[in-house]
Amino acid sequence: MSENILKMYKKRPKDWIVKWGSFLVIALLIAVSVPYVDYNGLTDYGQEIAKSIIFGIIQPDLSLLFDFSKTEAVPYLLLETACIAFLGTLVGSVLALPFAFISSRNIVPKWVATIGTFFITVVRTFPAFVYGLMFIRVTGPGPFTGALTLAVSGIGMTAKLYVETIEDLDKGIIEALDASGCNAIQKIRYGIIPQLMSNFASITIYRFEINVKNASILGLVGAGGIGYPLISAIGAFRWSDAGTLLFGLIVLVLIIEYGSGRLRRKLATGL
Amino acid sequence: MKWLKNLIRPEPLVLGNGKIVQPKMSIMVILVPIFIVAILFSAYIIEFDIFILLRRGYQFFVIVGRMIPPDWSYFPEVIGPLVETIMMSIFGTLLGAFLSLPLAFLSSDNIIKNKVFLWTNRMVVSLFRTLPILIFAFILKYIFGIGTFAGTLAIALFTWLIMTKMLYEIIETVDMGPFEAIESSGASRLRAFIVSIVPQILGQYISIALYNFEMNVRSAAILGYVGAGGIGLLLNEKLGWRRYDQVGLILFALLVTVYVIESISRLIRTRLS
Repeated sequence: MSENILKMYKKRPKDWIVKWGSFLVIALLIAVSVPYVDYNGLTDYGQEIAKSIIFGIIQPDLSLLFDFSKTEAVPYLLLETACIAFLGTLVGSVLALPFAFISSRNIVPKWVATIGTFFITVVRTFPAFVYGLMFIRVTGPGPFTGALTLAVSGIGMTAKLYVETIEDLDKGIIEALDASGCNAIQKIRYGIIPQLMSNFASITIYRFEINVKNASILGLVGAGGIGYPLISAIGAFRWSDAGTLLFGLIVLVLIIEYGSGRLRRKLATGL
Repeated sequence: MKWLKNLIRPEPLVLGNGKIVQPKMSIMVILVPIFIVAILFSAYIIEFDIFILLRRGYQFFVIVGRMIPPDWSYFPEVIGPLVETIMMSIFGTLLGAFLSLPLAFLSSDNIIKNKVFLWTNRMVVSLFRTLPILIFAFILKYIFGIGTFAGTLAIALFTWLIMTKMLYEIIETVDMGPFEAIESSGASRLRAFIVSIVPQILGQYISIALYNFEMNVRSAAILGYVGAGGIGLLLNEKLGWRRYDQVGLILFALLVTVYVIESISRLIRTRLS
């Protein structure tokens, strides 16, 4: 028995080249990148800050957390963040539709699709925050700017995922409807929309989930939501407030992630 | 709920053989009013103002227009921060990816049988995973001071947490046969994990590490805004000075970088799968 095992063990694949190769590549990457990371030690009050933040999250300030009347309190800020994300996602997904259709190879000529795909790639490259920096100079500070930013920056990713769905369209269904004498509108209503709808809804919900996170950082440029109170609390060393706001944000994101996951699973497996 | 379904009943259909079919109520009947209320309410909360958009909206295209053509002579000054951004992402991703394997091991329900320990791990991971990377960087800047270290650490932390989640979801779907075989021959759980499960997930592990690297390059580009190193600092500065031609160049450089990195990463990932 053990002789057999030893025999098989000697015949094991010899992959030392791959192992050493990947080890070398990783070592090289670390060696190249380390000099760019300049560690200057903790700041004078660094430890204290780290402690206060964690304590703030663990023991949130309940009066700030459950105050439903003031606009500076957590519930209103979270509501505002969610509303920015909601409207931004909705407008963004509507804006993405035309771009998605002109970028799908099975609908338009190839050269049109290439241009459309290129445009989507360009829009998708930049994080929402970069658009926020630009929009703040267009419509001024406020939650409206936040929603506008999310709407425009969402076009890239949403359209890219839409295109994948559209390119998967089953043409057989449309041909079958054609054969049974349906007109163009009926073909769209019964052949195309049902095929796309659940995937589009799933993509939009997924984008909403991402946009809630985006909306929470857009506040840093003054575009509404929970971001601005958060950084001003951190900047003014009001650690328990900062911890409370972080706690609220974490709860909001977790709830939305959970809901979005449930909904998307339902959409994928059928209602 | 039954009365609600009967309230709005679609017209019954009469088939060719005289059979009457009652179609189900469309879910839209419920969804559309909810959506309309939600839209109006959100519009009220965020102070939606179409006039600002009509009056000032074109300004966005003015800004974009002024970015073209970019100020090419500015390019030499961009290279430094750009390389810094990439290096921050490389080191942060490597560190995060390296740390995620042990934590994923401790958060997989087919390996750790102690429910309390398992769910504590997962709770901590998902609590901090929800925070955006920029907020990590902003807090770390106060702890470690302005510079690339705070940014790199933010990237590493974020990658660590998100990869842990992706990894334990993968680990939970692997074939447990080899693991059990090795464990029954007397190996410890850790040893069995390294020998039997790591080879199974290695391809996917590298693949998600590369995917995270792609995302990290993009988000590293904005970390400079809060003083955590990289190209974001320049971007904010030039936007503030309204040097849109130079902003255009920064964005162009970023576009090319992200495109190149994405192409390389996609090439490796398709080879892996």
